[in-house]
Amino acid sequence: MLRKVISALLIITCFVLQCSVFGKFAFAGIIPNLMIILTSSFGFMRGEKEGLLTGFFCGLLNDIFFGSFLGFYALLLMYIGYGNGKFSKIFYPEDIRLPLALIVISDLSYGIICYILMFMLRGKFQFTYYFTHVILPEALYTIVVTLFLYPVVLRVNKGLEAREKRRAQKFV
Amino acid sequence: MSPVIKRKGEKFTLPSKYLLFILTILCSILMLVTFGTDIFNKPLNTAVGYIVIPFQQGIGKAGEWLSNRSDELVQIRILLEENARLKDELAALTEENTLLQQDKYELNKLRTLFALDEQYAQYHKTGARIISRDSGNWYSAFIIDKGEEDGFAVDMNVIAGGGLVGRITSVGPNWSRVTSIISDNSNVSAMTLSTEDNMTVSGDLKMMAEGCIAFKQLMDGQDMVREGDKVVTSNISDKYLPNILIGYISSIDKDANNLTKSGQIVPAVDFEHLGEVLVITDQKKTADMAPE
Repeated sequence: MLRKVISALLIITCFVLQCSVFGKFAFAGIIPNLMIILTSSFGFMRGEKEGLLTGFFCGLLNDIFFGSFLGFYALLLMYIGYGNGKFSKIFYPEDIRLPLALIVISDLSYGIICYILMFMLRGKFQFTYYFTHVILPEALYTIVVTLFLYPVVLRVNKGLEAREKRRAQKFV
Repeated sequence: MSPVIKRKGEKFTLPSKYLLFILTILCSILMLVTFGTDIFNKPLNTAVGYIVIPFQQGIGKAGEWLSNRSDELVQIRILLEENARLKDELAALTEENTLLQQDKYELNKLRTLFALDEQYAQYHKTGARIISRDSGNWYSAFIIDKGEEDGFAVDMNVIAGGGLVGRITSVGPNWSRVTSIISDNSNVSAMTLSTEDNMTVSGDLKMMAEGCIAFKQLMDGQDMVREGDKVVTSNISDKYLPNILIGYISSIDKDANNLTKSGQIVPAVDFEHLGEVLVITDQKKTADMAPE
């Protein structure tokens, strides 16, 4: 229960921060994607199921506020969370290289899919421009933010896992 | 044995593969349904309005307070200089104003003569504060802190500093989403003020970085439209009220078909530094909104 509440709080906080505070810190109009960081890290820390659920709710929030119809971002982020969950077996909290690589790959694929579905299908074919001016800067900025946000998420998860372990022992 | 079947005494859990499958179908249905209608918008908009918007308002207020304090410190010296200059200007303007006021009386008299009064009637406006911007980097939209409770509705026009900002595309009880005219998915029917030639103004992600928007399909047979001409919303638009300033033409190119022209417009609004906007609560009357 506590895990659900804390996950919900994390999602809402990240969404609000992304829309307000990071809008002020935008470099060349580009803001980082906190939703991807959250979805990916829940995916590889907790497995496929939590990854896809986190992705679904992050995306849904995005859809309600900024999407022209519901379900698009929810579907996209859900698959990203699920994909990251596949790596939970080779994830070790001490190693930061795997999380960084996964988050970058997730953000790049998110950007490319967004480009294909929202821009290429409307006849805007200058992929190199959009890649160098939107997708790549967003991924780089996201890595920088990951370095600060990821340890927080990791610590929260560790705390929750320790608590769950204590409770499980109590009942045995 | 199927993993979904429940065994006795075991807590029921759905494997992630099945959950993914179910949610994929749910999302697809949602997309199909909301593409044409907006039946889910109301409950969802209301729910998130009460959960997320308070946070955003809080952060918005705190941020505004901080930036106001830092601005004040910087601006005091500039303001003193400006004050002296403005005082001179004021004297000149007062004189001009009296002259203009005389003209206005005359204009009003002539307008009543021509029965043109209604066209220039003032629109009703409500101020609102921007509390959050688009979470992605592809489109340009923002959330304002007022919604249905203040009488806002979808398709109302939003202006700031005398120019068109965009229109409301989604409302909740205490928030509304404004899609700005510089957003890549926005198109506005516009015309030049001087020659009343129609054109389509569309936002473009590429030009957004330069602070410009694009216009297309300008029919200008007599080559009368010049750089620097004012562009306003057209009479024939079905979403935008007529004669709201959009911006000034900064470059014109002839299209390959030799019939139409396209080019760039510098918007009248500074989209980088928007804090408050005005929502026009009058909506354009169109043919399909005729009385039932």
